[in-house]
Amino acid sequence: MEDLLQYLFSGISIGSVYAVVAIGLSMLYRSTELINFAHGEFAMFGAMGLVTLWGQLKLPLPLAFVLTVAGVSMVGILFERFAIRPVKDPHPISLVIITVGASIVFRGVAMVVWGKDPVAVPSFSSHGSIEIAGAVIVPQSLYIVAAALVLAGSLHLFFRYTLQGKAMTACAVNKKAAWLTGIPSSRMGLFAVLISSGSGAIAGIFIAPVTMNTYDMGTMLGLKGFCAAMIGGLGSLWGAFAGGLLLGILECFGAGLISSGCKDAIAFVLLLLILYLCPGGLFAQKQADRF
Amino acid sequence: MDKERVHNLLFVGVVVVTGVVVENTYLLQVMTFIGINTLLALGLNMLMGYAGQVSLGHGAFYGIGAYATAYLSGTLGISPWLALVCAIFLAVGVAFVVGRPTLKLSGYYLGMGTLGFGMIVHILFREAGSITGGASGFVGIPMLTLGPLLFEGGQSYFYLVWAVVFGAIFLCRRILDSKTGRALAAIHGRENAAVALGVDAHSLKLTVFMFSAALGAVAGFLYAHFVLFISPDSFGFMASVKMVTMVVIGGMASVWGALIGAVVITLLPEVLHGFADHEMIVFGLILMGVMIVMPQGLTKGVMERYARYKKRA
Amino acid sequence: MHGIRKEHENLLLQVTGLTKQFGGVRAQDNVSFGVEQGSVLGLIGPNGAGKTTLFNMITGVCVPDKGEILFDGRSITSLPVHKRVTAGIARTFQNVELFPGMTVLENVLVGMHVRLKSGFWGAVIRSPRVVKEEQQARKKALAILEFTGLLSYADRLACDLPVGRQKTAEIARALATDPKLILLDEPAAGLNRIESMALGELICKIKARGITLMLVEHDMGLAMEVCDKILVLDRGEAIALATPQQITNDQKVMDAYLGEEFQCLN
Ligand SMILES: Nc1ncnc2c1ncn2[C@@H]1O[C@H](COP(=O)(O)OP(=O)(O)OP(=O)(O)O)[C@@H](O)[C@H]1O
Ligand SMILES: [Mg+2]
Repeated sequence: MEDLLQYLFSGISIGSVYAVVAIGLSMLYRSTELINFAHGEFAMFGAMGLVTLWGQLKLPLPLAFVLTVAGVSMVGILFERFAIRPVKDPHPISLVIITVGASIVFRGVAMVVWGKDPVAVPSFSSHGSIEIAGAVIVPQSLYIVAAALVLAGSLHLFFRYTLQGKAMTACAVNKKAAWLTGIPSSRMGLFAVLISSGSGAIAGIFIAPVTMNTYDMGTMLGLKGFCAAMIGGLGSLWGAFAGGLLLGILECFGAGLISSGCKDAIAFVLLLLILYLCPGGLFAQKQADRF
Repeated sequence: MDKERVHNLLFVGVVVVTGVVVENTYLLQVMTFIGINTLLALGLNMLMGYAGQVSLGHGAFYGIGAYATAYLSGTLGISPWLALVCAIFLAVGVAFVVGRPTLKLSGYYLGMGTLGFGMIVHILFREAGSITGGASGFVGIPMLTLGPLLFEGGQSYFYLVWAVVFGAIFLCRRILDSKTGRALAAIHGRENAAVALGVDAHSLKLTVFMFSAALGAVAGFLYAHFVLFISPDSFGFMASVKMVTMVVIGGMASVWGALIGAVVITLLPEVLHGFADHEMIVFGLILMGVMIVMPQGLTKGVMERYARYKKRA
Repeated sequence: MHGIRKEHENLLLQVTGLTKQFGGVRAQDNVSFGVEQGSVLGLIGPNGAGKTTLFNMITGVCVPDKGEILFDGRSITSLPVHKRVTAGIARTFQNVELFPGMTVLENVLVGMHVRLKSGFWGAVIRSPRVVKEEQQARKKALAILEFTGLLSYADRLACDLPVGRQKTAEIARALATDPKLILLDEPAAGLNRIESMALGELICKIKARGITLMLVEHDMGLAMEVCDKILVLDRGEAIALATPQQITNDQKVMDAYLGEEFQCLN
């Protein structure tokens, strides 16, 4: 019984990270119809940035946080400007290969900068862990869940209530019409990239204290984020959130009850099932046939 | 037609002479790897270049070929040649089962689907320790023999691999130069129109997927009996990406392009030896650069530019 | 029952109660009609009336919500596209959809896809039978190009042809599937007077070969000339099916068209 509760808590915690990654992917897709295979690398940069700025340079945590997010967003914008926008014929196959290429470049750069060995940072606070009915919760888990909720909540408010957010939704619904009403869709694209890479960085920052930070940690994070986004329906904010949680929980139960080795396989099996059976996501009213 | 025959003969001649002249084992080894990579590129090129379907999980078939023969001939002691047949059947069977639903997808979804498949197979190689030896790899793959002939490294293996490459090029040519090849070009160009003319696009894509899986398995077989030790990491995501890079460099939709791609991708790490850490960056930049500037692939792009230049001059 | 069969004996295509909804748009509303063997049926109607959608459902590109399609005496409602092509239905597209990187001859050869027996293994083994089949296919393709007046363009890239020739090449490609019924979606759009007349002649020549045709046409002149009967669609509904003379005298049809023209003027 304690075990099950423990799996649930761990699942919610790791699921929140997937949720944040998924939100980044999903929001980019919503505004630009681009799937960024290099998205996980933004999370990796986030974690690595924190390791350097907070763990090694000993900057205050809030400053390190802001600098890391700003830095990663900068990378995101450069990436959009120099790798995505110049593509003359934005066919999905070309974009898949370009973003996969970018992910390898990012990974290679990280390997050169941070080396091949895992690096660690301490938890954000030194509070002891909490025990509920025999299951242990480390404080970092709570921070992760809180971060995911705050991010999703503020994006929700942003899309609902600000002019910029509404304009982005309009762009997502119909590019041509948005263009006709004078919404500059290229600026919207840039903004979407900003949100996407920024939230990627946040995912990395919050997961850094509870994981082995390596140059190649982004691949799995990105793929699982994609899986989560697919579960929730690509382009949906709360869908991505729910998808992340669901994936995290399933994974932890799978790892606990079946074997820890097959933990990663769960996400991919789920991904394939979703792609085959309901590509519009679990919560979609009707099957979407975008492609 | 005749010009093509001359090219072919020239190519075969160059390879045969190279095998005789070069005695340096290191060079022979590198050229053997070029051959194995050419097989991989040829198969994926049929799928990506001609059928227009991306696969980010083709490393799986390469691995299936290698592990199937390792287990069957290494652990069970079956003749490797029989193991080869089983490996091909296994890869084709897996391709059929996986390809049927996956090839209904397109664009990003297809990329993700194939990537997920590749990852699952990679995890299986790692986790099914009792069969595959797990993460530490599989030791004890026997060398290939054929009657009195022993294929151990060096010259004999070089010839074996390149003979298979010739066979594969020949096969690809025949397929492309037929009704099937025309239909492939048609669905690549305008799928709707091709379907309206009665081309069964899905089953055609599936056929090509299975064909490329078979070539991948053959390459895996040759790889396993060459290096005699395999581990899951040779068949993971990076392996799949390398295959895609070869096709992209070689210029999609060209048989010679596959060869050029294989040469570049095999030689690059050797040339960059001192910069082993930068290998990934270089791969990634090549992929991005080529796709941004010449989405039709490097060889084709360069050739087109050259033709335009000549026209103007 | 028997009586009905007899009456419909020479119908090549029979459509009953076809309905298709796209979101809020009713693209096809309970459409029923038949096409007689060897005849030419014109399809007219204002933009968005559902003409292309009707073609898409007959060819199998899109699945009707309701209704049945009988072709050559059997139901094809649930057949996939390629089986319908094998059964003898070919089409052209409203916007030219030739394979741009291929020559005109190759385009026509792709059209023969379902009629060539050799498959994947045939290509690999390349037995004398396969080689012979390929040679015959080429011969036949050239004959079709001659029939459509495109022989001199055989080795040109399809995308290098003038628009008029591209339209003809699409018809040639459709003929290559050896069809019983050809659906032409606005074959005269974008053609000049002379080309349009040549098209009329080609349609008559195809009809003379015993092939049944259906064509969408905005230009009433051409439709009057070549069609045996005309089906009028308006907002997804079939509002009339009659001879060209009867159609021009039909108030309902004229209203549908006049209404449209008024809208255009405004
Ligand atoms: N795949 C589709 N998805 C959604 N709506 C569609 C689709 N295809 C057609 N429609 C809608 O169905 C209606 C009928 O379209 P259709 O193309 O059949 O008209 P048409 O008679 O061919 O018009 P035109 O003369 O412009 O070619 C239109 O309102 C169109 O917007
Ligand atoms: Mg139309």
